[in-house]
Amino acid sequence: MLKHRLIPNVIVNNGSVVQSINFKHTNIIGNAITAVDFFNSWAVDEIIVLDVSRHTDYRTKFHKIVEGLSKRCFIPLTVGGWIKDVKEIQQFLTEGADKVSINTEAVNNPDFIAESSKIFGSQCIVVSIDVRKSISNQYEVFIDRGRKSTGFHPIEWVKKVQELGAGEILLTSIDNDGTGKGYDLELVRQVAESVSIPVISFGGVGEWQHLVDGIKIGKADAVSAANIFHYTEHSTYNAKEYMVKAGLNVRMPTFYRLPTPRKPKYNEIY
Amino acid sequence: MGNVRSILNAFDLLGEQVEITDSPAKLSSAEAIILPGVGAFSDGMKNLRQKDLIKVLKREVIDKKKPYLGICLGLEFLAEKSFEGGEHEGFGWLKGTVMRIKPSDLSLKIPHMGWNDTMILKNAGLLKDIKNPTFYFLHSYYLKVDDTERDIITSVCNYGGTSITATLQKDNIYAVQFHPEKSQSDGIKLLKNFIEDIRK
Repeated sequence: MLKHRLIPNVIVNNGSVVQSINFKHTNIIGNAITAVDFFNSWAVDEIIVLDVSRHTDYRTKFHKIVEGLSKRCFIPLTVGGWIKDVKEIQQFLTEGADKVSINTEAVNNPDFIAESSKIFGSQCIVVSIDVRKSISNQYEVFIDRGRKSTGFHPIEWVKKVQELGAGEILLTSIDNDGTGKGYDLELVRQVAESVSIPVISFGGVGEWQHLVDGIKIGKADAVSAANIFHYTEHSTYNAKEYMVKAGLNVRMPTFYRLPTPRKPKYNEIY
Repeated sequence: MGNVRSILNAFDLLGEQVEITDSPAKLSSAEAIILPGVGAFSDGMKNLRQKDLIKVLKREVIDKKKPYLGICLGLEFLAEKSFEGGEHEGFGWLKGTVMRIKPSDLSLKIPHMGWNDTMILKNAGLLKDIKNPTFYFLHSYYLKVDDTERDIITSVCNYGGTSITATLQKDNIYAVQFHPEKSQSDGIKLLKNFIEDIRK
Protein backbone atom coordinates (compact mmCIF):
# COMPACT_ATOMS: atom_id res chain seq x y z
CA MET A 1 0.00 0.00 0.00
CA LEU A 2 1.10 3.52 -0.70
CA LYS A 3 2.39 5.37 2.33
CA HIS A 4 0.92 8.49 3.81
CA ARG A 5 3.44 11.28 3.37
CA LEU A 6 4.99 13.76 5.75
CA ILE A 7 5.99 16.94 3.92
CA PRO A 8 7.87 19.87 5.42
CA ASN A 9 6.89 23.15 3.82
CA VAL A 10 9.64 25.73 3.49
CA ILE A 11 8.30 29.30 3.17
CA VAL A 12 10.79 31.61 1.49
CA ASN A 13 10.41 35.38 1.68
CA ASN A 14 12.96 37.62 -0.03
CA GLY A 15 15.41 34.73 -0.20
CA SER A 16 15.20 33.64 3.46
CA VAL A 17 13.15 30.99 5.20
CA VAL A 18 10.48 32.66 7.35
CA GLN A 19 7.80 31.78 9.83
CA SER A 20 4.24 32.36 8.64
CA ILE A 21 1.38 33.27 10.98
CA ASN A 22 -2.02 33.79 9.33
CA PHE A 23 -0.04 34.48 6.15
CA LYS A 24 2.00 37.28 7.74
CA HIS A 25 5.69 36.57 7.48
CA THR A 26 7.57 37.28 10.62
CA ASN A 27 10.76 35.75 11.99
CA ILE A 28 13.52 34.94 9.61
CA ILE A 29 14.50 31.38 10.39
CA GLY A 30 17.52 30.98 8.17
CA ASN A 31 18.55 29.84 4.76
CA ALA A 32 16.68 27.33 2.67
CA ILE A 33 19.67 25.11 1.87
CA THR A 34 20.34 24.44 5.56
CA ALA A 35 16.66 23.78 6.20
CA VAL A 36 16.40 21.30 3.35
CA ASP A 37 19.69 19.57 4.23
CA PHE A 38 18.25 19.06 7.64
CA PHE A 39 14.89 17.70 6.38
CA ASN A 40 16.54 15.57 3.75
CA SER A 41 18.61 13.79 6.38
CA TRP A 42 15.48 12.50 8.08
CA ALA A 43 12.70 10.38 6.74
CA VAL A 44 10.51 13.06 5.26
CA ASP A 45 8.82 11.98 2.05
CA GLU A 46 8.77 15.11 -0.04
CA ILE A 47 9.60 18.79 0.32
CA ILE A 48 7.56 21.83 -0.69
CA VAL A 49 9.27 25.20 -1.15
CA LEU A 50 7.08 28.27 -1.62
CA ASP A 51 8.24 31.74 -2.58
CA VAL A 52 6.00 34.31 -0.88
CA SER A 53 8.15 37.36 -1.71
CA ARG A 54 6.20 40.32 -3.01
CA HIS A 55 9.23 41.89 -4.70
CA THR A 56 10.09 40.39 -8.05
CA ASP A 57 13.73 41.37 -7.34
CA TYR A 58 14.06 38.17 -5.35
CA ARG A 59 12.79 35.86 -8.07
CA THR A 60 16.21 35.18 -9.55
CA LYS A 61 17.49 34.37 -6.10
CA PHE A 62 14.58 31.98 -5.58
CA HIS A 63 15.46 30.16 -8.80
CA LYS A 64 19.05 29.84 -7.57
CA ILE A 65 17.74 28.45 -4.28
CA VAL A 66 15.65 25.83 -6.12
CA GLU A 67 18.64 24.81 -8.21
CA GLY A 68 20.79 24.53 -5.09
CA LEU A 69 18.11 22.55 -3.25
CA SER A 70 17.60 20.03 -6.03
CA LYS A 71 21.29 19.09 -5.84
CA ARG A 72 20.76 17.93 -2.27
CA CYS A 73 17.16 16.78 -2.30
CA PHE A 74 16.81 13.10 -3.17
CA ILE A 75 13.09 13.01 -2.57
CA PRO A 76 10.38 14.68 -4.67
CA LEU A 77 10.60 18.47 -4.62
CA THR A 78 7.58 20.72 -5.19
CA VAL A 79 8.11 24.39 -5.95
CA GLY A 80 5.52 27.15 -5.89
CA GLY A 81 4.69 30.82 -5.52
CA TRP A 82 3.57 33.27 -8.21
CA ILE A 83 3.87 30.80 -11.09
CA LYS A 84 2.03 32.28 -14.07
CA ASP A 85 3.29 30.60 -17.22
CA VAL A 86 4.44 27.37 -18.78
CA LYS A 87 7.87 28.81 -19.41
CA GLU A 88 8.56 29.26 -15.72
CA ILE A 89 7.28 25.75 -14.94
CA GLN A 90 9.76 24.44 -17.48
CA GLN A 91 12.49 26.50 -15.85
CA PHE A 92 11.76 25.08 -12.39
CA LEU A 93 11.73 21.53 -13.77
CA THR A 94 15.06 22.14 -15.48
CA GLU A 95 16.40 23.43 -12.18
CA GLY A 96 15.43 20.09 -10.65
CA ALA A 97 11.89 20.48 -9.28
CA ASP A 98 9.58 17.50 -9.76
CA LYS A 99 6.26 19.26 -9.35
CA VAL A 100 5.00 22.82 -9.25
CA SER A 101 2.28 24.33 -7.13
CA ILE A 102 -0.09 26.86 -8.71
CA ASN A 103 -2.43 29.09 -6.75
CA THR A 104 -3.40 32.64 -7.76
CA GLU A 105 -2.99 32.07 -11.50
CA ALA A 106 -5.22 28.98 -11.31
CA VAL A 107 -8.11 31.23 -10.24
CA ASN A 108 -7.27 34.09 -12.59
CA ASN A 109 -6.85 31.77 -15.55
CA PRO A 110 -8.23 28.24 -14.98
CA ASP A 111 -7.12 27.18 -18.47
CA PHE A 112 -3.58 27.40 -17.16
CA ILE A 113 -4.23 24.24 -15.10
CA ALA A 114 -5.49 22.41 -18.18
CA GLU A 115 -2.64 23.66 -20.33
CA SER A 116 0.14 22.89 -17.87
CA SER A 117 -1.19 19.46 -16.89
CA LYS A 118 -1.47 18.56 -20.56
CA ILE A 119 2.13 19.55 -21.23
CA PHE A 120 3.81 18.25 -18.07
CA GLY A 121 1.32 15.61 -16.93
CA SER A 122 -1.15 15.86 -14.05
CA GLN A 123 1.34 14.34 -11.63
CA CYS A 124 3.44 17.48 -12.02
CA ILE A 125 0.69 20.01 -11.28
CA VAL A 126 -0.28 20.67 -7.67
CA VAL A 127 -3.03 23.23 -7.17
CA SER A 128 -2.64 25.13 -3.94
CA ILE A 129 -5.84 26.38 -2.31
CA ASP A 130 -5.85 28.89 0.55
CA VAL A 131 -9.07 29.01 2.54
CA ARG A 132 -10.40 31.49 5.08
CA LYS A 133 -13.59 31.29 7.11
CA SER A 134 -15.81 34.38 6.90
CA ILE A 135 -17.56 36.00 9.86
CA SER A 136 -20.69 34.11 8.87
CA ASN A 137 -18.69 30.85 9.16
CA GLN A 138 -18.53 30.24 5.41
CA TYR A 139 -15.42 28.83 3.82
CA GLU A 140 -13.99 30.86 0.95
CA VAL A 141 -10.98 30.51 -1.35
CA PHE A 142 -8.51 33.39 -1.21
CA ILE A 143 -5.72 34.20 -3.64
CA ASP A 144 -2.80 36.64 -3.83
CA ARG A 145 -1.33 35.15 -0.64
CA GLY A 146 -4.56 35.61 1.31
CA ARG A 147 -5.28 39.16 0.19
CA LYS A 148 -7.98 38.72 -2.37
CA SER A 149 -11.29 36.94 -1.99
CA THR A 150 -12.60 34.89 -4.92
CA GLY A 151 -16.17 34.14 -3.92
CA PHE A 152 -15.46 30.42 -4.50
CA HIS A 153 -16.35 27.79 -1.96
CA PRO A 154 -13.40 25.35 -1.62
CA ILE A 155 -15.57 22.33 -2.50
CA GLU A 156 -16.70 23.71 -5.84
CA TRP A 157 -13.21 25.02 -6.62
CA VAL A 158 -11.46 21.77 -5.80
CA LYS A 159 -13.83 19.78 -8.00
CA LYS A 160 -13.22 22.22 -10.81
CA VAL A 161 -9.42 21.99 -10.58
CA GLN A 162 -9.57 18.20 -10.51
CA GLU A 163 -11.62 18.27 -13.69
CA LEU A 164 -9.12 20.67 -15.27
CA GLY A 165 -6.29 18.21 -14.67
CA ALA A 166 -4.69 19.02 -11.31
CA GLY A 167 -2.82 16.03 -9.93
CA GLU A 168 -2.84 16.97 -6.29
CA ILE A 169 -4.22 19.59 -3.86
CA LEU A 170 -2.23 21.55 -1.29
CA LEU A 171 -4.91 22.78 1.09
CA THR A 172 -4.07 25.56 3.54
CA SER A 173 -6.23 27.09 6.22
CA ILE A 174 -5.23 30.75 6.48
CA ASP A 175 -7.00 31.04 9.86
CA ASN A 176 -5.03 28.16 11.35
CA ASP A 177 -1.68 28.97 9.70
CA GLY A 178 0.99 29.49 12.34
CA THR A 179 -1.42 29.15 15.27
CA GLY A 180 -0.37 25.70 16.42
CA LYS A 181 -3.96 24.70 17.11
CA GLY A 182 -4.06 22.00 14.43
CA TYR A 183 -5.57 21.70 10.96
CA ASP A 184 -9.09 22.84 10.21
CA LEU A 185 -10.19 19.21 10.15
CA GLU A 186 -13.72 19.93 8.99
CA LEU A 187 -12.34 21.77 5.95
CA VAL A 188 -9.78 19.05 5.21
CA ARG A 189 -12.36 16.27 5.43
CA GLN A 190 -14.87 18.09 3.22
CA VAL A 191 -12.23 18.71 0.55
CA ALA A 192 -10.63 15.25 0.76
CA GLU A 193 -14.01 13.55 0.42
CA SER A 194 -15.06 15.56 -2.61
CA VAL A 195 -12.13 14.66 -4.90
CA SER A 196 -10.24 11.51 -5.82
CA ILE A 197 -6.82 13.19 -6.23
CA PRO A 198 -4.52 13.32 -3.18
CA VAL A 199 -4.99 16.16 -0.70
CA ILE A 200 -2.09 17.56 1.34
CA SER A 201 -3.25 19.26 4.53
CA PHE A 202 -1.33 22.33 5.66
CA GLY A 203 -1.61 25.07 8.27
CA GLY A 204 -1.75 24.93 12.05
CA VAL A 205 0.29 21.96 13.24
CA GLY A 206 1.40 22.58 16.83
CA GLU A 207 1.90 19.01 18.02
CA TRP A 208 2.45 15.62 16.38
CA GLN A 209 -1.08 14.43 17.12
CA HIS A 210 -2.30 17.08 14.66
CA LEU A 211 -0.52 15.21 11.85
CA VAL A 212 -2.28 12.00 12.82
CA ASP A 213 -5.63 13.80 13.03
CA GLY A 214 -5.12 15.23 9.53
CA ILE A 215 -4.98 11.70 8.11
CA LYS A 216 -7.33 9.84 10.44
CA ILE A 217 -10.04 12.49 10.88
CA GLY A 218 -9.37 14.84 7.97
CA LYS A 219 -8.84 11.93 5.52
CA ALA A 220 -5.88 13.73 3.94
CA ASP A 221 -3.42 11.62 1.95
CA ALA A 222 -0.46 13.64 3.13
CA VAL A 223 0.27 16.08 5.93
CA SER A 224 2.47 19.14 5.84
CA ALA A 225 3.80 21.59 8.39
CA ALA A 226 6.37 24.36 8.54
CA ASN A 227 7.05 26.26 11.75
CA ILE A 228 6.99 23.28 14.09
CA PHE A 229 9.85 21.62 12.21
CA HIS A 230 12.07 24.66 12.59
CA TYR A 231 11.57 25.02 16.30
CA THR A 232 11.67 21.42 17.46
CA GLU A 233 14.77 19.35 17.81
CA HIS A 234 14.96 16.12 15.74
CA SER A 235 11.57 17.25 14.59
CA THR A 236 10.81 15.25 11.49
CA TYR A 237 12.22 12.06 13.03
CA ASN A 238 10.03 12.44 16.10
CA ALA A 239 7.02 13.32 13.99
CA LYS A 240 7.48 10.15 11.94
CA GLU A 241 7.99 8.03 15.01
CA TYR A 242 4.77 9.43 16.46
CA MET A 243 2.87 8.66 13.26
CA VAL A 244 4.19 5.08 13.23
CA LYS A 245 3.11 4.57 16.85
CA ALA A 246 -0.34 5.92 15.99
CA GLY A 247 -0.63 3.04 13.53
CA LEU A 248 -0.36 5.04 10.31
CA ASN A 249 1.12 3.47 7.18
CA VAL A 250 4.17 5.69 6.73
CA ARG A 251 7.83 5.22 5.84
CA MET A 252 9.86 4.37 8.90
CA PRO A 253 11.92 7.12 10.51
CA THR A 254 15.56 6.71 9.67
CA PHE A 255 18.57 8.92 9.67
CA TYR A 256 21.16 9.09 6.98
CA ARG A 257 23.98 11.49 6.57
CA LEU A 258 23.93 13.48 3.40
CA PRO A 259 27.34 14.45 2.16
CA THR A 260 27.30 17.86 0.56
CA PRO A 261 27.68 17.74 -3.22
CA ARG A 262 30.64 20.10 -3.05
CA LYS A 263 32.76 17.39 -1.46
CA PRO A 264 31.18 14.12 -2.39
CA LYS A 265 32.04 11.38 0.03
CA TYR A 266 29.41 8.83 -0.70
CA ASN A 267 30.69 6.28 1.76
CA GLU A 268 29.30 8.46 4.51
CA ILE A 269 25.77 7.73 3.38
CA TYR A 270 25.91 4.29 4.88
CA MET B 1 9.21 13.05 -12.37
CA GLY B 2 11.74 11.33 -14.52
CA ASN B 3 13.76 14.46 -14.21
CA VAL B 4 17.14 13.84 -15.81
CA ARG B 5 18.65 16.56 -13.65
CA SER B 6 17.85 14.55 -10.51
CA ILE B 7 19.70 11.54 -11.89
CA LEU B 8 22.76 13.68 -12.62
CA ASN B 9 22.53 15.11 -9.09
CA ALA B 10 22.37 11.62 -7.57
CA PHE B 11 25.44 10.36 -9.44
CA ASP B 12 27.19 13.62 -8.67
CA LEU B 13 26.60 12.86 -5.00
CA LEU B 14 28.25 9.48 -5.53
CA GLY B 15 31.24 11.17 -7.13
CA GLU B 16 30.54 9.68 -10.56
CA GLN B 17 30.83 11.45 -13.89
CA VAL B 18 27.60 11.27 -15.85
CA GLU B 19 26.86 13.05 -19.09
CA ILE B 20 23.63 13.53 -21.02
CA THR B 21 24.24 12.50 -24.61
CA ASP B 22 22.69 11.25 -27.82
CA SER B 23 26.04 10.73 -29.49
CA PRO B 24 26.81 7.14 -30.62
CA ALA B 25 30.53 7.81 -30.12
CA LYS B 26 30.02 8.79 -26.49
CA LEU B 27 27.73 5.83 -25.86
CA SER B 28 30.42 3.66 -27.31
CA SER B 29 33.20 5.04 -25.10
CA ALA B 30 31.15 5.15 -21.88
CA GLU B 31 31.71 2.68 -19.07
CA ALA B 32 27.95 2.18 -18.67
CA ILE B 33 24.71 3.45 -20.17
CA ILE B 34 21.85 4.80 -18.08
CA LEU B 35 18.51 5.23 -19.79
CA PRO B 36 15.95 7.13 -17.72
CA GLY B 37 12.51 7.59 -19.19
CA VAL B 38 10.12 10.46 -19.42
CA GLY B 39 6.71 10.43 -21.08
CA ALA B 40 4.96 7.90 -23.25
CA PHE B 41 6.44 4.61 -24.49
CA SER B 42 5.74 5.23 -28.17
CA ASP B 43 7.19 8.78 -28.11
CA GLY B 44 10.32 7.50 -26.40
CA MET B 45 10.83 4.69 -28.89
CA LYS B 46 10.16 7.07 -31.78
CA ASN B 47 12.82 9.49 -30.52
CA LEU B 48 15.36 6.70 -30.10
CA ARG B 49 14.57 5.38 -33.57
CA GLN B 50 14.80 8.83 -35.20
CA LYS B 51 18.20 9.37 -33.65
CA ASP B 52 19.18 5.92 -34.79
CA LEU B 53 20.11 4.99 -31.23
CA ILE B 54 18.37 1.63 -30.92
CA LYS B 55 20.97 -0.21 -32.95
CA VAL B 56 23.77 1.63 -31.11
CA LEU B 57 22.25 0.54 -27.80
CA LYS B 58 21.89 -3.03 -29.07
CA ARG B 59 25.51 -3.11 -30.24
CA GLU B 60 26.79 -1.74 -26.91
CA VAL B 61 24.51 -3.59 -24.49
CA ILE B 62 23.73 -6.87 -26.24
CA ASP B 63 26.81 -7.45 -28.41
CA LYS B 64 29.51 -5.77 -26.30
CA LYS B 65 27.82 -6.51 -22.95
CA LYS B 66 28.15 -2.95 -21.66
CA PRO B 67 26.32 -2.39 -18.34
CA TYR B 68 22.88 -0.82 -18.84
CA LEU B 69 20.68 0.74 -16.18
CA GLY B 70 17.11 1.42 -17.25
CA ILE B 71 15.00 3.67 -15.04
CA CYS B 72 11.20 3.75 -15.33
CA LEU B 73 10.60 3.90 -19.10
CA GLY B 74 14.16 2.60 -19.49
CA LEU B 75 12.90 -0.62 -17.87
CA GLU B 76 9.74 -0.78 -19.96
CA PHE B 77 11.68 -0.38 -23.24
CA LEU B 78 13.30 -3.79 -22.59
CA ALA B 79 10.00 -5.53 -23.35
CA GLU B 80 9.01 -7.03 -26.68
CA LYS B 81 6.00 -4.75 -26.86
CA SER B 82 3.93 -2.23 -24.93
CA PHE B 83 0.18 -1.70 -24.88
CA GLU B 84 0.42 1.94 -23.87
CA GLY B 85 -1.79 3.85 -26.33
CA GLY B 86 -1.96 1.06 -28.92
CA GLU B 87 0.58 -1.64 -29.54
CA HIS B 88 4.23 -0.63 -29.86
CA GLU B 89 7.42 -2.55 -30.33
CA GLY B 90 10.11 -2.33 -27.63
CA PHE B 91 13.78 -3.39 -27.63
CA GLY B 92 12.78 -7.01 -27.10
CA TRP B 93 15.85 -7.72 -24.97
CA LEU B 94 13.73 -9.85 -22.69
CA LYS B 95 10.48 -11.75 -22.95
CA GLY B 96 7.67 -9.62 -21.63
CA THR B 97 5.02 -7.03 -22.35
CA VAL B 98 4.17 -3.64 -20.87
CA MET B 99 0.59 -3.51 -19.60
CA ARG B 100 -1.59 -0.95 -17.87
CA ILE B 101 -1.86 -1.41 -14.11
CA LYS B 102 -5.37 -2.55 -13.22
CA PRO B 103 -5.84 -2.55 -9.46
CA SER B 104 -8.57 -4.91 -8.28
CA ASP B 105 -9.34 -2.36 -5.57
CA LEU B 106 -11.03 0.43 -7.51
CA SER B 107 -10.25 3.06 -4.89
CA LEU B 108 -6.57 2.76 -5.83
CA LYS B 109 -5.45 5.45 -8.20
CA ILE B 110 -3.58 5.41 -11.49
CA PRO B 111 -0.84 6.56 -11.85
CA HIS B 112 0.67 4.51 -9.08
CA MET B 113 2.42 7.44 -7.45
CA GLY B 114 4.19 7.62 -4.13
CA TRP B 115 6.24 5.58 -1.70
CA ASN B 116 5.59 1.88 -1.69
CA ASP B 117 7.08 -1.20 -0.06
CA THR B 118 9.09 -3.42 -2.33
CA MET B 119 9.63 -7.11 -1.71
CA ILE B 120 13.11 -8.29 -2.45
CA LEU B 121 13.41 -11.66 -4.18
CA LYS B 122 17.18 -11.61 -4.69
CA ASN B 123 19.35 -9.73 -2.28
CA ALA B 124 22.24 -9.08 -4.64
CA GLY B 125 23.28 -6.74 -7.42
CA LEU B 126 21.25 -3.54 -7.20
CA LEU B 127 19.64 -4.63 -3.94
CA LYS B 128 22.74 -5.77 -2.07
CA ASP B 129 22.52 -4.84 1.64
CA ILE B 130 19.15 -3.12 1.21
CA LYS B 131 16.51 -4.33 3.66
CA ASN B 132 12.73 -3.81 3.45
CA PRO B 133 13.05 -0.87 1.09
CA THR B 134 10.44 1.74 0.28
CA PHE B 135 10.84 3.35 -3.13
CA TYR B 136 9.21 6.25 -4.92
CA PHE B 137 7.05 5.07 -7.84
CA LEU B 138 5.39 7.06 -10.58
CA HIS B 139 3.91 5.10 -13.48
CA SER B 140 0.67 3.83 -15.02
CA TYR B 141 2.14 0.88 -16.93
CA TYR B 142 4.32 -1.99 -15.78
CA LEU B 143 6.47 -4.71 -17.25
CA LYS B 144 4.95 -8.17 -17.12
CA VAL B 145 7.82 -10.58 -17.57
CA ASP B 146 7.04 -13.82 -19.39
CA ASP B 147 6.83 -16.86 -17.09
CA THR B 148 9.76 -18.51 -18.88
CA GLU B 149 12.03 -15.67 -17.81
CA ARG B 150 10.67 -14.78 -14.39
CA ASP B 151 13.93 -15.51 -12.63
CA ILE B 152 15.33 -12.18 -13.87
CA ILE B 153 12.95 -10.33 -11.51
CA THR B 154 14.84 -9.32 -8.36
CA SER B 155 12.06 -7.43 -6.53
CA VAL B 156 8.34 -6.81 -6.86
CA CYS B 157 5.84 -4.29 -5.59
CA ASN B 158 2.22 -5.24 -4.99
CA TYR B 159 -0.22 -2.54 -6.01
CA GLY B 160 -3.84 -3.53 -5.59
CA GLY B 161 -3.18 -7.13 -6.58
CA THR B 162 -0.89 -6.36 -9.52
CA SER B 163 2.61 -7.68 -9.01
CA ILE B 164 4.77 -4.94 -10.46
CA THR B 165 8.28 -5.80 -11.62
CA ALA B 166 10.20 -3.30 -9.47
CA THR B 167 13.76 -4.34 -10.32
CA LEU B 168 15.33 -6.88 -12.63
CA GLN B 169 18.70 -8.05 -13.77
CA LYS B 170 19.57 -10.05 -16.85
CA ASP B 171 23.33 -10.37 -17.13
CA ASN B 172 24.63 -6.83 -17.79
CA ILE B 173 21.11 -5.36 -18.05
CA TYR B 174 19.83 -3.77 -14.85
CA ALA B 175 16.49 -1.99 -14.61
CA VAL B 176 14.18 -0.38 -12.07
CA GLN B 177 10.58 0.76 -12.41
CA PHE B 178 10.67 3.32 -9.57
CA HIS B 179 12.84 6.42 -9.22
CA PRO B 180 15.98 5.65 -7.21
CA GLU B 181 17.14 9.26 -7.63
CA LYS B 182 14.08 10.32 -5.61
CA SER B 183 13.99 7.44 -3.14
CA GLN B 184 16.37 8.95 -0.61
CA SER B 185 18.76 6.59 1.19
CA ASP B 186 17.45 3.33 -0.33
CA GLY B 187 17.60 4.84 -3.81
CA ILE B 188 21.08 6.30 -3.45
CA LYS B 189 22.27 2.98 -2.08
CA LEU B 190 20.82 1.20 -5.11
CA LEU B 191 22.69 3.50 -7.51
CA LYS B 192 25.86 2.97 -5.52
CA ASN B 193 25.29 -0.80 -5.78
CA PHE B 194 24.96 -0.48 -9.55
CA ILE B 195 28.35 1.21 -9.78
CA GLU B 196 29.97 -1.32 -7.46
CA ASP B 197 28.41 -4.32 -9.17
CA ILE B 198 29.58 -3.37 -12.66
CA ARG B 199 33.13 -2.78 -11.38
CA LYS B 200 33.35 -6.08 -9.51
